[in-house]
Amino acid sequence: MAVDLTTRIGSLTLKNPVLTASGTFGYGEEFSDFIDLNRLGGFIIKGTTLHAREGNPYPRMAETPSGMLNAVGLQNKGIDYMIDHIYPRIKHVDSEIIVNVSGASPEDYAEVCRRIADRTSINAVEINISCPNVKQGGMAFGTTTEGAAAVTRAVREAFPGVVIVKLSPNVTDITEIARAVEAEGADAVSLINTLMGMAVDVERRRPCLSTVTGGLSGPAVRPVAVRMVWQTAKAVKIPVIGLGGIMNGRDALEFILAGASAIEIGTANFIDPQATIKVIDYIDDYCRCHGVDNINDLIGVI
Amino acid sequence: MVKKTIKDFTVKSAQHLSEAYTLLKLTPTDGTEVTTAMPGQFVQVAVPDTPNTFLRRPISVNFIDRSDNTLWLLVRNAGEGTSRLCEMKTGEHLNIILPLGNGFSMPEENNSTPKRLLLVGGGVGVAPLLYLGHALAGGGHTPEFLLGARSCADLLELDEFKRIGTVHVATDDGSAGVHGLVTQHPAIDSQDIDCIYCCGPAPMMKAVAAIARQNNVACEVSLENMMACGLGACLCCVENTVKGNVCVCTEGPVFNITQLTWQ
Repeated sequence: MAVDLTTRIGSLTLKNPVLTASGTFGYGEEFSDFIDLNRLGGFIIKGTTLHAREGNPYPRMAETPSGMLNAVGLQNKGIDYMIDHIYPRIKHVDSEIIVNVSGASPEDYAEVCRRIADRTSINAVEINISCPNVKQGGMAFGTTTEGAAAVTRAVREAFPGVVIVKLSPNVTDITEIARAVEAEGADAVSLINTLMGMAVDVERRRPCLSTVTGGLSGPAVRPVAVRMVWQTAKAVKIPVIGLGGIMNGRDALEFILAGASAIEIGTANFIDPQATIKVIDYIDDYCRCHGVDNINDLIGVI
Repeated sequence: MVKKTIKDFTVKSAQHLSEAYTLLKLTPTDGTEVTTAMPGQFVQVAVPDTPNTFLRRPISVNFIDRSDNTLWLLVRNAGEGTSRLCEMKTGEHLNIILPLGNGFSMPEENNSTPKRLLLVGGGVGVAPLLYLGHALAGGGHTPEFLLGARSCADLLELDEFKRIGTVHVATDDGSAGVHGLVTQHPAIDSQDIDCIYCCGPAPMMKAVAAIARQNNVACEVSLENMMACGLGACLCCVENTVKGNVCVCTEGPVFNITQLTWQ
């Protein structure tokens, strides 16, 4: 029995529901020694801004129980560099390339998306209104319905392709934000970005990160993420993409059963560069073992 | 560049060199040859069965022994993850990604005047210098070593180093060699050195770099910034350089000091 793993995100058809989370998979090519990139449903490349950013000072990372804190701060060389120098190296890959976009103002987001639309054949963007590690923009937009709506509106006008809005879990009610971006024309939402956290070096009596606080990822956040995906999938009609601490295929299925039409593998890439492929194979096996011939029959059954 | 691989290794021996240091000799579980690595490159080791560690541990290649197909890793017990690695028993398995990073640059061959090359290591930082020393000696050079430690008990693999070249020693407590830091050893303060290769604690490397600058001697250092992926994806291990923030795992771990913003 052949299992149909294709899933739809707006007008996008993914060959399977497995994507990579922005900032954990570089531009894909960092992983090409370990996996066949063509097998992925898609990969979401590093958070890209209008102008180059140096990011935050070292140290930017702290290991925590079943997870890690990061405070990279959107280090990237800017959209023009991405389009001119990186995109030509990866555009041949036969899986969806999705650019994660960040900015300090709605106009910044819109301009980055416009350049992607004008100068590449990329079909989808993921709008990051949830980065906890930048002073301007980022999570500031993602924690109010007005801010989230304003960015979504600006991007919707600038980008004809699929617009995915990545939501922050650092809010009182994530479903309110999800409804606000749905109303402005978002094609999908992805959640969760990292949970704001902090770790202290008790010997030095100093925070572990240069920025004091950072974003927590890894299996430590997974139950929170599954809960938010379940709540959000009930609250909106657009597809939900689930992420947060997925380490293996079983974890991915938790999100799918809770309502995710696709999932993103993030921190797991740091530990096992073949995690994405193992998740795809596991989902395929699971469907065979359980007599499921279409992945869509599993999405949101809870 | 050699393709990176992810592979299970079997512990062939685990030798406790001192209370804090263990030398693991590992061979690929599937019987294949140990992947080629350049001196200065490192590997990412998954720590088995520890609830509070999550990420792999970056460890430099201490040596690759072709005679018995083993990869040598010199591990300092510095916390929960490396403590587990130091407790590994013969026959146990470790999952390893290798080879990673750039490695030291080798002096040009076919140069008529012999080069004077000083390899300066402190603590567990001596690890990559053994492999580098072998490669330099194999290339017809005569590497000299200047090794620092807290006391003579912490001088690691001394016999291995002595087989390759002259070894100078400095210890904090004076129990072996010169009493003091490597930077106080007369061997380092010489203008006829062509190149210094250095690996050790950051304050030591900065002090060595300062001497190299003063004496107008070329110098490469190997950094050990904390990292998550080791593949250039997470951007956590960055060092501020003249080119801005760059990943130590891919652009390093070895840097020429002219690239660093150390003062």
